[in-house]
Amino acid sequence: MTPEELRELAARRREELQEFKYRLNVCLAAGCQSCHGDSVYKALKAEVESRKLEGVQVRGVGCLSLCAEGPLVQVEPDNLLYQRVRAEDAPELIESMYGKPLKRLACPTDAPFFAAQKQIVLENSGRIDPESLEDYLAADGYEGLMRALTEMTPAEVIAEMTTSGLRGRGGGGFPTGLKWSTVAKSKGAKKFVICNGDEGDPGAFMDRSVLESDPHRVIEGMIIAGYAVGASHGYAYIRAEYPLAVKRIQNAIKQATKVGLLGEGICGTGFGFTIEVRLGAGAFVCGEETALIASIEGKRGQPRPRPPFPAESGLWGYPTLINNVETFANVPPILRNGGAWFAGMGTEKSKGTKVFALAGRVKNTGLIEVPMGITLRKIIFDIGGGIPDGKKFKAVQTGGPSGGCIPEEHLDMPVDYDSLAKVGSIMGSGGMIVMDETSCMVDVAKYFMEFCKSESCGKCVPCRAGTDQMHGLLSKICAGEATMDDLALLEHLCEVVKNTSLCGLGQTAPNPVLSTLRYFRHEYLAHIQEKRCPAGVCKIKAAAEVHA
Amino acid sequence: MPPIPKKVDPPSADKRWRMVDNTMRKHGYRPDALIESLHTMQECFGYLEEPGLRYVAQALRLPLSKVYGVATFYHFFTLKPKGRHTCVVCMGTACYIKGAQNILDEIEHKYGVKPGETTKDDALSVLTARCIGSCGLAAAVVVDGAIAGKVSAKQTLDLIEKAVAS
Repeated sequence: MTPEELRELAARRREELQEFKYRLNVCLAAGCQSCHGDSVYKALKAEVESRKLEGVQVRGVGCLSLCAEGPLVQVEPDNLLYQRVRAEDAPELIESMYGKPLKRLACPTDAPFFAAQKQIVLENSGRIDPESLEDYLAADGYEGLMRALTEMTPAEVIAEMTTSGLRGRGGGGFPTGLKWSTVAKSKGAKKFVICNGDEGDPGAFMDRSVLESDPHRVIEGMIIAGYAVGASHGYAYIRAEYPLAVKRIQNAIKQATKVGLLGEGICGTGFGFTIEVRLGAGAFVCGEETALIASIEGKRGQPRPRPPFPAESGLWGYPTLINNVETFANVPPILRNGGAWFAGMGTEKSKGTKVFALAGRVKNTGLIEVPMGITLRKIIFDIGGGIPDGKKFKAVQTGGPSGGCIPEEHLDMPVDYDSLAKVGSIMGSGGMIVMDETSCMVDVAKYFMEFCKSESCGKCVPCRAGTDQMHGLLSKICAGEATMDDLALLEHLCEVVKNTSLCGLGQTAPNPVLSTLRYFRHEYLAHIQEKRCPAGVCKIKAAAEVHA
Repeated sequence: MPPIPKKVDPPSADKRWRMVDNTMRKHGYRPDALIESLHTMQECFGYLEEPGLRYVAQALRLPLSKVYGVATFYHFFTLKPKGRHTCVVCMGTACYIKGAQNILDEIEHKYGVKPGETTKDDALSVLTARCIGSCGLAAAVVVDGAIAGKVSAKQTLDLIEKAVAS
């Protein structure tokens, strides 16, 4: 279809949506589905049908953000949000549309959890039907692509990306514009674009939500990237553990292909691009670019030394652009509104917003998007509502197994790539786990080391053997059987593994240990010298038993 | 011109092999179809059995060692059949700090199986997941495909009991 035809399609859908006086958006993302959001959806639909109501639309949408209080239902046009809705609440909820809001289930949308957020990546999340191309078009979808294809040269698209200051959202924080221009400059008979949706961090579900709530946005980002770097084929590498995300992206690819947004001659121009889905198979190391490429080639996901970087020699030896799901999701609004608009948000070196999966010992768990530069305190205590059950905050973990634990004293620090690195953690892909006094920091370090040990691909010795040894030492400390020599050895190993491992997995594996040693050394010492776990998590054969 | 792959017969007359063949054909029997083919096989049969691995190796013209290497490298693939019912305990960070280990301990206490094991009567397999992405609802378990959030060890045991009895 030509841009005009697509815009017509969008206008028609907007009109159709106008015809509905009321719209009930039922969250059908993974969180709400697991507390029976689908039965609420069915009940509301049945209720509307049995009452033969006109002008009422019930639709399933993507993530409505506050997972902790699901299932969530949003009622438009009044933008009322209802929480913990049950199927039996359907009749009352429908009646409330014509009368007073249903107080019993109301969720205050003026609360800081919603008010302090700034949504760009998630702008459509919960507002469109993720399985409808028309819905996405009606929300200005594919406008960025059409602008890029009809008004801009590839070089201009890259310049726009550079102006925006967007940095890779997978955790590394590499400037996106620079990456694109490197691939564009590389010579190759073919080029590839890969979307990294192998969200392997435990405690992170941002990419999953984006893919489930707004799949077309990721596809649009990939096509624009393909145009900019000169690639004609893309791979969306998605975790097999996310069946709904896989289904939605496949459905979106099918829809986009049908209207000519994928395939030959997109939007009536000479540019062609196709996307294929590849399933991940549960290997954390595949988040590393070269390992991911090996996996797409059907091999074991083992990384290789860089250089050459994938930008020069990637998939099957061709120049390859790899970006994270969230990075691609940022592209369409940048092309739509301009790079300068994006650069107007955030801090000097970290532009725009970041999506975080807020979880752990915090009241409001869920998916949040905040401007870069916001403080951790604001995220945890305002948006997150603080620690439940009157417990005391201990640390916040960012960056998963590659990140660190940040203590109270650094909570007023702005959230950006560089500040987080300064305190011994990383931005990571966006997992943010809050811990209170009931968590033992040595146990947490052991947990992450166990993860790295089992996820180590086994290619290089420092990572394969080092993570195993470190895990052994941490287990010893947790069991109250370690000496100060063990601690010294642990610290030494951290340095060795960090400096000599082949890829990011090994290089960052010591981070959880190093950061907990930096801020919670006293907990390590309590386990070693006093044979006790201050948080009461580790099962130490009590000194009392020994004395008795 | 690349050699035309000769027709390889599936291990049995089971119709599910057609699905596996479909996946391989879709990718032109290229070696990079390996992971996708294993996904299809696991989806159809529940696990990867040796005759199947041999079949895929032949059809894609890959050494069996390579196929076995890939099948065992990735955590998602399993070479053991599962029991009639499964309970996956999420071990993501959020679930871990909300007591996932305790859930596993209680399951082991009651059923005598550790993660990755199946009870002797084949009724229940206990598995762990790295993270199922339901961190907002930690601790989470998946019993027979249905996710349950914010569960305690006791609630999990109740869910398993109900599933096994059904």
